[in-house]
Amino acid sequence: MSNSTRCAACRYLRRRCCDDCVLAPYFPSANPERFACVHRIFGASNVARMLQQIPVEQRRQAADAIALEAYWRVQDPVYGSVGVISMLQREISVAQRELAETQAQVSIYTAQVQSQSNQITQVQYLVDNAHLIPNQPPIPGLCQPPDIP
Amino acid sequence: MGGNSPCASCKLLRRRCTKDCIFAPYFPSDDPHKFAIVHKIFGASNVSKMLQELPVHQRADAVGSLVYEATARMRDPVYGCVGAISYLQNQVSQLQMQLAVAQTEILCIQMQQEPPLAEQKMEADDKSFVINNNLTAMPQLLNYASSSNVAQDPLKREFLWT
Repeated sequence: MSNSTRCAACRYLRRRCCDDCVLAPYFPSANPERFACVHRIFGASNVARMLQQIPVEQRRQAADAIALEAYWRVQDPVYGSVGVISMLQREISVAQRELAETQAQVSIYTAQVQSQSNQITQVQYLVDNAHLIPNQPPIPGLCQPPDIP
Repeated sequence: MGGNSPCASCKLLRRRCTKDCIFAPYFPSDDPHKFAIVHKIFGASNVSKMLQELPVHQRADAVGSLVYEATARMRDPVYGCVGAISYLQNQVSQLQMQLAVAQTEILCIQMQQEPPLAEQKMEADDKSFVINNNLTAMPQLLNYASSSNVAQDPLKREFLWT
Protein backbone atom coordinates (compact mmCIF):
# COMPACT_ATOMS: atom_id res chain seq x y z
CA MET A 1 0.00 0.00 0.00
CA SER A 2 1.48 3.36 -0.96
CA ASN A 3 2.03 6.20 1.49
CA SER A 4 -1.06 8.00 0.24
CA THR A 5 -3.34 5.07 1.13
CA ARG A 6 -1.92 4.17 4.52
CA CYS A 7 -4.46 3.55 7.25
CA ALA A 8 -4.57 5.89 10.24
CA ALA A 9 -2.65 3.38 12.36
CA CYS A 10 0.26 2.95 9.99
CA ARG A 11 0.34 6.67 9.28
CA TYR A 12 0.51 7.38 13.02
CA LEU A 13 3.16 4.72 13.57
CA ARG A 14 5.05 5.86 10.47
CA ARG A 15 5.28 2.46 8.94
CA ARG A 16 4.38 0.84 5.68
CA CYS A 17 0.75 -0.24 5.55
CA CYS A 18 0.69 -3.70 4.04
CA ASP A 19 -2.29 -5.26 2.26
CA ASP A 20 -3.19 -7.49 5.19
CA CYS A 21 -2.84 -4.79 7.86
CA VAL A 22 -5.25 -5.96 10.58
CA LEU A 23 -5.99 -2.39 11.68
CA ALA A 24 -6.58 -0.83 8.26
CA PRO A 25 -10.29 -1.75 7.83
CA TYR A 26 -11.20 -0.20 11.18
CA PHE A 27 -8.97 2.83 11.40
CA PRO A 28 -9.29 4.69 8.11
CA SER A 29 -6.94 7.56 7.36
CA ALA A 30 -9.93 9.95 7.34
CA ASN A 31 -10.22 9.71 11.15
CA PRO A 32 -6.72 9.93 12.64
CA GLU A 33 -7.97 11.05 16.06
CA ARG A 34 -9.78 7.76 16.54
CA PHE A 35 -6.59 5.73 16.27
CA ALA A 36 -4.57 8.25 18.27
CA CYS A 37 -7.01 7.83 21.15
CA VAL A 38 -6.98 4.03 20.93
CA HIS A 39 -3.20 3.91 20.74
CA ARG A 40 -2.87 6.21 23.74
CA ILE A 41 -5.05 4.02 25.96
CA PHE A 42 -4.55 0.49 24.68
CA GLY A 43 -1.48 0.60 22.47
CA ALA A 44 -1.39 -0.39 18.81
CA SER A 45 0.09 -3.84 19.38
CA ASN A 46 -2.52 -4.68 22.05
CA VAL A 47 -5.36 -3.61 19.77
CA ALA A 48 -3.96 -5.56 16.83
CA ARG A 49 -3.58 -8.65 19.03
CA MET A 50 -7.12 -8.29 20.42
CA LEU A 51 -8.59 -7.94 16.93
CA GLN A 52 -6.63 -10.92 15.62
CA GLN A 53 -8.12 -13.09 18.36
CA ILE A 54 -11.66 -12.21 17.29
CA PRO A 55 -13.49 -13.70 14.27
CA VAL A 56 -13.32 -11.39 11.26
CA GLU A 57 -17.08 -10.81 11.18
CA GLN A 58 -16.99 -9.37 14.70
CA ARG A 59 -13.89 -7.23 14.40
CA ARG A 60 -15.72 -4.08 13.31
CA GLN A 61 -17.93 -4.13 16.41
CA ALA A 62 -14.90 -4.86 18.57
CA ALA A 63 -12.92 -1.99 17.03
CA ASP A 64 -15.84 0.39 17.54
CA ALA A 65 -16.22 -0.70 21.17
CA ILE A 66 -12.49 -0.30 21.81
CA ALA A 67 -12.58 3.15 20.21
CA LEU A 68 -15.51 4.16 22.43
CA GLU A 69 -13.80 2.91 25.58
CA ALA A 70 -10.63 4.77 24.64
CA TYR A 71 -12.64 7.93 23.96
CA TRP A 72 -14.37 7.77 27.35
CA ARG A 73 -11.07 7.12 29.11
CA VAL A 74 -9.52 10.18 27.43
CA GLN A 75 -12.55 12.26 28.46
CA ASP A 76 -12.46 10.92 32.03
CA PRO A 77 -8.97 9.64 32.89
CA VAL A 78 -10.07 8.43 36.33
CA TYR A 79 -13.27 6.49 35.62
CA GLY A 80 -13.48 6.11 31.84
CA SER A 81 -16.44 4.02 30.71
CA VAL A 82 -17.11 3.03 34.34
CA GLY A 83 -18.18 6.65 34.84
CA VAL A 84 -20.72 6.23 32.05
CA ILE A 85 -22.04 3.06 33.70
CA SER A 86 -22.40 4.84 37.06
CA MET A 87 -24.23 7.73 35.42
CA LEU A 88 -26.67 5.37 33.69
CA GLN A 89 -27.31 3.46 36.92
CA ARG A 90 -28.17 6.74 38.63
CA GLU A 91 -30.52 7.64 35.78
CA ILE A 92 -32.23 4.29 36.11
CA SER A 93 -32.78 4.85 39.85
CA VAL A 94 -34.27 8.29 39.22
CA ALA A 95 -36.49 7.02 36.41
CA GLN A 96 -37.72 4.08 38.50
CA ARG A 97 -38.63 6.42 41.34
CA GLU A 98 -40.45 8.81 39.02
CA LEU A 99 -42.29 5.92 37.41
CA ALA A 100 -43.40 4.51 40.79
CA GLU A 101 -44.66 7.96 41.88
CA THR A 102 -46.49 8.53 38.61
CA GLN A 103 -48.10 5.10 38.65
CA ALA A 104 -49.24 5.69 42.24
CA GLN A 105 -50.86 8.94 41.08
CA VAL A 106 -52.60 7.07 38.28
CA SER A 107 -53.98 4.61 40.83
CA ILE A 108 -55.24 7.43 43.04
CA TYR A 109 -56.89 9.26 40.16
CA THR A 110 -58.45 6.05 38.87
CA ALA A 111 -59.85 5.23 42.33
CA GLN A 112 -61.30 8.75 42.62
CA VAL A 113 -62.97 8.51 39.25
CA GLN A 114 -64.32 5.07 40.07
CA SER A 115 -65.67 6.29 43.40
CA GLN A 116 -67.42 9.26 41.77
CA SER A 117 -68.82 7.00 39.10
CA ASN A 118 -70.21 4.59 41.72
CA GLN A 119 -71.89 7.43 43.65
CA ILE A 120 -73.52 8.77 40.50
CA THR A 121 -74.75 5.29 39.64
CA GLN A 122 -76.30 4.81 43.09
CA VAL A 123 -78.06 8.16 43.07
CA GLN A 124 -79.38 7.58 39.57
CA TYR A 125 -80.69 4.17 40.63
CA LEU A 126 -82.60 5.67 43.54
CA VAL A 127 -84.08 8.39 41.36
CA ASP A 128 -85.12 5.91 38.67
CA ASN A 129 -86.77 3.56 41.17
CA ALA A 130 -88.31 6.04 43.60
CA HIS A 131 -91.81 5.21 42.26
CA LEU A 132 -91.37 1.57 43.30
CA ILE A 133 -90.91 2.36 46.97
CA PRO A 134 -94.32 1.83 48.67
CA ASN A 135 -95.70 4.45 51.05
CA GLN A 136 -94.35 3.79 54.50
CA PRO A 137 -96.25 4.43 57.73
CA PRO A 138 -95.10 7.56 59.48
CA ILE A 139 -92.28 7.06 61.92
CA PRO A 140 -93.24 8.44 65.33
CA GLY A 141 -91.39 11.58 66.20
CA LEU A 142 -90.18 12.12 62.65
CA CYS A 143 -91.42 15.09 60.58
CA GLN A 144 -93.61 14.16 57.70
CA PRO A 145 -92.10 14.93 54.30
CA PRO A 146 -94.21 17.26 52.17
CA ASP A 147 -96.49 15.62 49.63
CA ILE A 148 -94.98 15.46 46.22
CA PRO A 149 -97.31 17.15 43.73
CA MET B 1 10.52 -1.80 47.78
CA GLY B 2 13.85 -2.63 49.43
CA GLY B 3 13.88 -5.91 51.24
CA ASN B 4 10.09 -6.36 50.91
CA SER B 5 8.62 -8.64 48.29
CA PRO B 6 8.07 -7.04 44.89
CA CYS B 7 4.61 -5.88 43.92
CA ALA B 8 2.52 -7.96 41.54
CA SER B 9 3.54 -5.76 38.60
CA CYS B 10 7.27 -6.03 39.14
CA LYS B 11 6.93 -9.72 39.79
CA LEU B 12 5.14 -10.22 36.47
CA LEU B 13 7.49 -7.90 34.63
CA ARG B 14 10.46 -9.51 36.34
CA ARG B 15 12.09 -6.34 37.42
CA ARG B 16 13.32 -4.80 40.63
CA CYS B 17 10.52 -3.20 42.61
CA THR B 18 11.83 0.18 43.75
CA LYS B 19 10.58 2.30 46.64
CA ASP B 20 8.82 4.69 44.29
CA CYS B 21 7.28 1.99 42.07
CA ILE B 22 4.09 3.56 40.73
CA PHE B 23 2.24 0.24 40.68
CA ALA B 24 3.16 -1.00 44.14
CA PRO B 25 0.39 0.76 46.15
CA TYR B 26 -2.34 -0.57 43.84
CA PHE B 27 -1.14 -4.00 42.78
CA PRO B 28 -0.06 -5.89 45.90
CA SER B 29 1.81 -9.15 45.50
CA ASP B 30 -1.06 -11.17 47.01
CA ASP B 31 -3.30 -10.47 43.98
CA PRO B 32 -1.27 -11.17 40.85
CA HIS B 33 -4.36 -11.72 38.70
CA LYS B 34 -5.41 -8.06 39.03
CA PHE B 35 -2.29 -6.72 37.34
CA ALA B 36 -2.14 -9.57 34.88
CA ILE B 37 -5.48 -8.67 33.26
CA VAL B 38 -4.75 -4.94 33.27
CA HIS B 39 -1.39 -5.58 31.64
CA LYS B 40 -2.96 -7.88 29.07
CA ILE B 41 -5.55 -5.33 27.95
CA PHE B 42 -3.86 -1.97 28.44
CA GLY B 43 -0.17 -2.76 28.78
CA ALA B 44 2.01 -1.88 31.75
CA SER B 45 3.61 1.16 30.13
CA ASN B 46 0.21 2.64 29.19
CA VAL B 47 -1.10 2.08 32.71
CA SER B 48 2.03 3.66 34.15
CA LYS B 49 1.61 6.74 31.92
CA MET B 50 -2.08 7.04 32.84
CA LEU B 51 -1.33 6.86 36.56
CA GLN B 52 1.52 9.35 36.31
CA GLU B 53 -0.82 11.88 34.70
CA LEU B 54 -3.22 11.67 37.63
CA PRO B 55 -2.96 13.22 41.10
CA VAL B 56 -2.07 10.63 43.73
CA HIS B 57 -5.47 10.77 45.45
CA GLN B 58 -7.25 9.70 42.23
CA ARG B 59 -4.98 6.84 41.27
CA ALA B 60 -6.72 4.18 43.36
CA ASP B 61 -10.06 4.93 41.68
CA ALA B 62 -8.40 4.93 38.28
CA VAL B 63 -6.86 1.51 38.95
CA GLY B 64 -10.25 0.23 40.10
CA SER B 65 -11.93 1.35 36.89
CA LEU B 66 -9.10 -0.01 34.73
CA VAL B 67 -9.41 -3.40 36.42
CA TYR B 68 -13.18 -3.31 35.85
CA GLU B 69 -12.79 -2.48 32.17
CA ALA B 70 -10.07 -5.06 31.65
CA THR B 71 -12.20 -7.73 33.35
CA ALA B 72 -15.20 -6.82 31.21
CA ARG B 73 -13.11 -7.07 28.06
CA MET B 74 -11.70 -10.44 29.08
CA ARG B 75 -15.26 -11.72 29.56
CA ASP B 76 -16.54 -10.16 26.34
CA PRO B 77 -13.65 -9.64 23.90
CA VAL B 78 -15.94 -7.99 21.34
CA TYR B 79 -17.96 -5.46 23.33
CA GLY B 80 -16.24 -5.23 26.74
CA CYS B 81 -17.86 -2.54 28.90
CA VAL B 82 -19.84 -1.20 25.96
CA GLY B 83 -22.11 -4.25 26.19
CA ALA B 84 -23.15 -3.33 29.72
CA ILE B 85 -23.60 0.31 28.73
CA SER B 86 -25.84 -0.65 25.83
CA TYR B 87 -27.97 -2.81 28.15
CA LEU B 88 -28.34 0.00 30.69
CA GLN B 89 -29.30 2.48 27.97
CA ASN B 90 -32.07 0.16 26.84
CA GLN B 91 -33.33 0.05 30.43
CA VAL B 92 -33.35 3.85 30.60
CA SER B 93 -35.29 4.05 27.31
CA GLN B 94 -37.87 1.54 28.48
CA LEU B 95 -38.39 3.34 31.77
CA GLN B 96 -38.78 6.64 29.94
CA MET B 97 -41.44 5.12 27.69
CA GLN B 98 -43.32 3.67 30.66
CA LEU B 99 -43.13 7.06 32.38
CA ALA B 100 -44.54 8.77 29.30
CA VAL B 101 -47.42 6.28 29.16
CA ALA B 102 -48.21 6.84 32.85
CA GLN B 103 -48.09 10.62 32.41
CA THR B 104 -50.45 10.33 29.43
CA GLU B 105 -52.87 8.31 31.56
CA ILE B 106 -52.90 11.03 34.20
CA LEU B 107 -53.53 13.68 31.59
CA CYS B 108 -56.42 11.70 30.11
CA ILE B 109 -57.99 11.18 33.52
CA GLN B 110 -57.63 14.86 34.33
CA MET B 111 -59.20 15.86 31.04
CA GLN B 112 -62.09 13.44 31.55
CA GLN B 113 -62.77 14.89 34.99
CA GLU B 114 -62.98 18.46 33.76
CA PRO B 115 -66.54 19.50 32.79
CA PRO B 116 -67.00 20.88 29.23
CA LEU B 117 -66.00 24.53 29.03
CA ALA B 118 -69.48 25.60 27.86
CA GLU B 119 -71.01 24.51 31.18
CA GLN B 120 -68.34 26.20 33.25
CA LYS B 121 -68.74 29.65 34.66
CA MET B 122 -65.10 30.42 34.85
CA GLU B 123 -63.29 33.52 35.74
CA ALA B 124 -60.55 34.68 33.41
CA ASP B 125 -57.92 33.55 35.92
CA ASP B 126 -59.34 30.04 36.04
CA LYS B 127 -59.28 29.78 32.25
CA SER B 128 -55.63 30.75 32.00
CA PHE B 129 -54.80 28.28 34.79
CA VAL B 130 -56.33 25.39 32.81
CA ILE B 131 -54.64 26.39 29.58
CA ASN B 132 -51.27 26.74 31.27
CA ASN B 133 -51.67 23.36 32.98
CA ASN B 134 -52.32 21.55 29.71
CA LEU B 135 -49.52 23.33 27.89
CA THR B 136 -46.94 22.46 30.53
CA ALA B 137 -48.04 18.83 30.60
CA MET B 138 -47.58 18.24 26.85
CA PRO B 139 -43.87 19.15 26.57
CA GLN B 140 -43.14 16.61 29.32
CA LEU B 141 -44.58 13.91 27.11
CA LEU B 142 -42.94 15.09 23.92
CA ASN B 143 -39.55 15.53 25.53
CA TYR B 144 -39.44 12.36 27.59
CA ALA B 145 -36.44 11.19 25.63
CA SER B 146 -34.43 14.28 26.35
CA SER B 147 -35.57 15.71 29.66
CA SER B 148 -33.01 17.76 31.48
CA ASN B 149 -32.65 15.25 34.29
CA VAL B 150 -31.87 12.38 31.93
CA ALA B 151 -28.47 11.98 30.34
CA GLN B 152 -28.09 12.22 26.62
CA ASP B 153 -27.58 8.80 25.02
CA PRO B 154 -23.79 8.22 25.39
CA LEU B 155 -23.62 5.74 22.53
CA LYS B 156 -25.52 7.98 20.09
CA ARG B 157 -23.56 11.05 21.08
CA GLU B 158 -20.27 9.28 20.42
CA PHE B 159 -21.54 7.54 17.28
CA LEU B 160 -19.60 10.02 15.19
CA TRP B 161 -16.47 8.54 16.84
CA THR B 162 -17.00 5.14 15.22
